[in-house]
Amino acid sequence: MLVAITQLLVCQLIGEVIARGFDLAIPGPVIGMGLLLLILFNRRAIPESLETTAHGILSHLSLLFVPAGVGVVAHLGILGNEWHAILGSLIGSTIITIVITGWILQRMQKGVMDES
Amino acid sequence: MSPDFVEVWVYLSASPLTALTVTLVAYLAGDWLYQKSGRMPVLNPVLIAVTLITIGLSVTGIDYWTYFEGAQFVHFLLGPATVALAIPVAKLLKEMRRGFGGLCVALACGSLTAAVSAVVIADLLSATTQTVLSLAPKSVTTPIAMGIAERIGGLPSLTAVCVIMTGVIGAMIGPYILDLAKISNWNARGFAMGLTAHGIGTARAIQVNPQAGAFASLAVGLNGLATATLIPILWSLWQWWSGV
Repeated sequence: MLVAITQLLVCQLIGEVIARGFDLAIPGPVIGMGLLLLILFNRRAIPESLETTAHGILSHLSLLFVPAGVGVVAHLGILGNEWHAILGSLIGSTIITIVITGWILQRMQKGVMDES
Repeated sequence: MSPDFVEVWVYLSASPLTALTVTLVAYLAGDWLYQKSGRMPVLNPVLIAVTLITIGLSVTGIDYWTYFEGAQFVHFLLGPATVALAIPVAKLLKEMRRGFGGLCVALACGSLTAAVSAVVIADLLSATTQTVLSLAPKSVTTPIAMGIAERIGGLPSLTAVCVIMTGVIGAMIGPYILDLAKISNWNARGFAMGLTAHGIGTARAIQVNPQAGAFASLAVGLNGLATATLIPILWSLWQWWSGV
């Protein structure tokens, strides 16, 4: 558990150093994720401790958005008199994107399954 | 109020202990309601927790930054959690021998749709240019989205608001939309939720079905990378086009 947490933090730290050092638009944790992905690909199996720890953190992923979410409410004033355009855009775009993405992948996966 | 109570209150409102406890209790209450309702997507635990805490803050008069000082310990875990997304993704990609082509097509179309549809709808509803630009990266995870907004001339703080709202909207209505569109494949459902509603959508997918959760995690990572490359390119193309 402790080893796994350290491994995650080391990846994040390296990612953060790369992101800031090279002034990249991609945030540190995402680079850290890519790094860990590369490491895991070059190993035959995923260490069990890492898997249990990741499962522990990820099963409560939505909790981690709560503090930022409260901040959203505090910043609602920023929406100002454009709130209807913003809300319309967010809801409309969410519906369109979910349908298009899901539909395409379902079609493609069906193709793969039919072939095999 | 007795002096002792005031002293205790002063201590509690300044200590991270209170903000942390309140965050966890509010989230557990939200999750309890959500489970009790038979996992009704409308009763999103994040939304309930945020509402409860916001009411609490306005009743007690504690400002957001005082709260965040304590709650940042929870917020901080978003970093390691993002790194941890590599594990389900690695597992998935190792098991998957075929179907990469389909994933790439779905990613490219989804990423493009998310940005273009948000921009077009906002423009049709006559939003200002700055607002339109702030909306473009709304489907990717907060830190990436803010970085993109800054680069193309949007307002990063407005983008952060839009990103979280998108996540909550996606987690709330996503499952209904997928049912209506007759998308029953768990991989496709997860991927669509992760691509559209980033971590909040993924959190929901993980709770419903592990396979969908893995595809959602994959979509968050891939869409972050895709959108971070795609939007600046689209933006410079558009500037070049309108310049001619």
